Amino acid sequence: MIRLEKRPQPSRAWTVATPILAVALTMVAGGLMFAALGKDPVEAIRTIFWDPLFNEQFASYSRPQLLVKAGPLVLIAIGLSLGFRAGIWNIGAEGQYIMGALAGAGVALALYPLEAWFLFPLMVIAGALGGWAWAMIPALLKTRFRTNEILVSLLLVYVAEQILASMSLGLMRNPEGGGFPGSRNLQQYPAAANPELIAGTGMHWGVVAGFIAVITAYILLNRHMLGFQIRLTGQSPRAARFAGVNPNALVLFCLGTSGALAGLAGLFEVAGPAGQISIDFNQGYGFTAIIVAFLGRLHPVGILLAGLLMALTYIGGELAQFMLGIPAAAIQAFQGMLLFFLLGVDVLSNYNIRLGRREVA
Amino acid sequence: MDFGAINPVVLIASLMVASTPILLAAIGELVVEKSGVLNLGVEGMMITGAICGFAIAVETGSPALGFLAAMLGGAVLSLVFGVLTQVLMSNQVATGLALTLFGLGLSALIGQGYVGIKPPATDRLDLGPLSEIPVLGRILFSHDLIVYLSLALVAGVWAFLRYTRAGLILRAVGENHDAAHALGYHVVRIRLAAIAFGGACAGLGGAYLSLVRVPQWTEGMTAGAGWIALAIVVFASWRAGRVLLGAYLFGGVAVLQLNLQAAGLAVPVELLSASPYLVTILVLVIMSADRGRAAVAAPASLGRVFHAST
Repeated sequence: MIRLEKRPQPSRAWTVATPILAVALTMVAGGLMFAALGKDPVEAIRTIFWDPLFNEQFASYSRPQLLVKAGPLVLIAIGLSLGFRAGIWNIGAEGQYIMGALAGAGVALALYPLEAWFLFPLMVIAGALGGWAWAMIPALLKTRFRTNEILVSLLLVYVAEQILASMSLGLMRNPEGGGFPGSRNLQQYPAAANPELIAGTGMHWGVVAGFIAVITAYILLNRHMLGFQIRLTGQSPRAARFAGVNPNALVLFCLGTSGALAGLAGLFEVAGPAGQISIDFNQGYGFTAIIVAFLGRLHPVGILLAGLLMALTYIGGELAQFMLGIPAAAIQAFQGMLLFFLLGVDVLSNYNIRLGRREVA
Repeated sequence: MDFGAINPVVLIASLMVASTPILLAAIGELVVEKSGVLNLGVEGMMITGAICGFAIAVETGSPALGFLAAMLGGAVLSLVFGVLTQVLMSNQVATGLALTLFGLGLSALIGQGYVGIKPPATDRLDLGPLSEIPVLGRILFSHDLIVYLSLALVAGVWAFLRYTRAGLILRAVGENHDAAHALGYHVVRIRLAAIAFGGACAGLGGAYLSLVRVPQWTEGMTAGAGWIALAIVVFASWRAGRVLLGAYLFGGVAVLQLNLQAAGLAVPVELLSASPYLVTILVLVIMSADRGRAAVAAPASLGRVFHAST
């Protein structure tokens, strides 16, 4: 008979080991899935996790992509992790990402063809504000009316997608685009572009912002009163209230920060790798970032590593699609599986497993 | 603009069809939440049900088998959530999200070969002369079996929770799992059963979407219906009768906005498409603004982890 006994404190060793274990288990289960699709599982896993980094033929293209894809994921996940730690669930980062991109691109398109040094900083501010404002809707509804922020933030994703469609077909459509949906390409607008900073690395301003976010979050959580309050609220809301934590202020801060960071990610993407506002420019980073946040154990450094790994599955997934004909959906299922395994093996860090007979109470 | 094209009788009849997927998912989730479990994976289970039902219906040519397969698919997927949250005691919010993300990927994977295919038609139930009654016949007596099944399910769940001993036990588990455990009820087993029921309902709802309402398969076709179902449970204050009201209200908004789009109302199409989500948010706000009631209505153990030794 297997019995689970709650640990007084989560095991530190297992807290570090479980994500690695989860990745290993996902590779096994994913391999089985690829085998079921009639592909060679070993080759599939190697194509996803090894070839993008070390295969001579692909690495030169794939390595820079790692930062391009990890940048937005890390940026969004850092914001989400603050809220998740405090039990505030913003799962609408995808919507905030879209609104940030729209706000930032809107500034650039409104001022086109102005060439000024302050344009890009202005776009960055607008992007952050756009995401922040969109996240403030669930935040204010939560603090004012105690409306469930999970449902509101998620439903707003669908609203944001409609706004995106409307914008790319209407207001923001490229007047010189021959009637095709989609805005001007910001990469061809030097003052507004978010270019690769060091050639061949994939490093752009969004990646820089991601690194800054990691460091800031680390300091905030470990050295700052606000970070302590976030952690305290997550572990014991009641104790936090007695300690004088203002729960409403915390909701506004956590949702606002995650919204602003998601908005920034959207802006850097639209001004950089994506280049333009189009109907389907969002790629689900806002949802994948949820997986990244959990895989990184809601810890800034963990999230950085998890973001890189997740970016690898995106790039490897594309490669596997190209080389082996593994459908893109399989990679999506693979990422979902990873979160399942992670949550499942978490039992090891919170509980001791005891073998033996169950005694009669 | 031509409002004359909107026929109120057809509107109400199609409202019932449009509401059925959400109604099925919501009534299932109601039972799950009544047992004290918050399963945010409704969207994932619905879309898995949609493709399982679609695939089986296309392969066998029988919609009935499709609906059964959808229920099975939804239930199996929900049990993944069940094992993780009940046996391995994972966080319910996170696990529910994982279920949705996984379900969306899995369904897209299964659905690869089924894009653009027409499923076998689901027959309307032949109610003979009843369907011939003017107005009422078109509204009430011209639907397929699943519509009536969903209504029966609402009544059944209502009666089960209110009048049966099993329903009482289920509610007790949801209100206070420690007390229920002390009385000797198997909290985990009861919750697993509730979760599987919820999964089957969500799967059935998804299949109704892909086999009757649309009817075809496209990736991500549930488009938030599962989340609206979750909102409806809150809107309904965890009562079966109000779930029906809520689902039909949202079905009404969905059908009306489609009709208005077709009639060429001078409002942006995107605003109309976003209206079901905006209405859902509005209703959530109104319901939760009433502080006392929302807090009392929710099952007290909702979302809390149960561990027997404590």
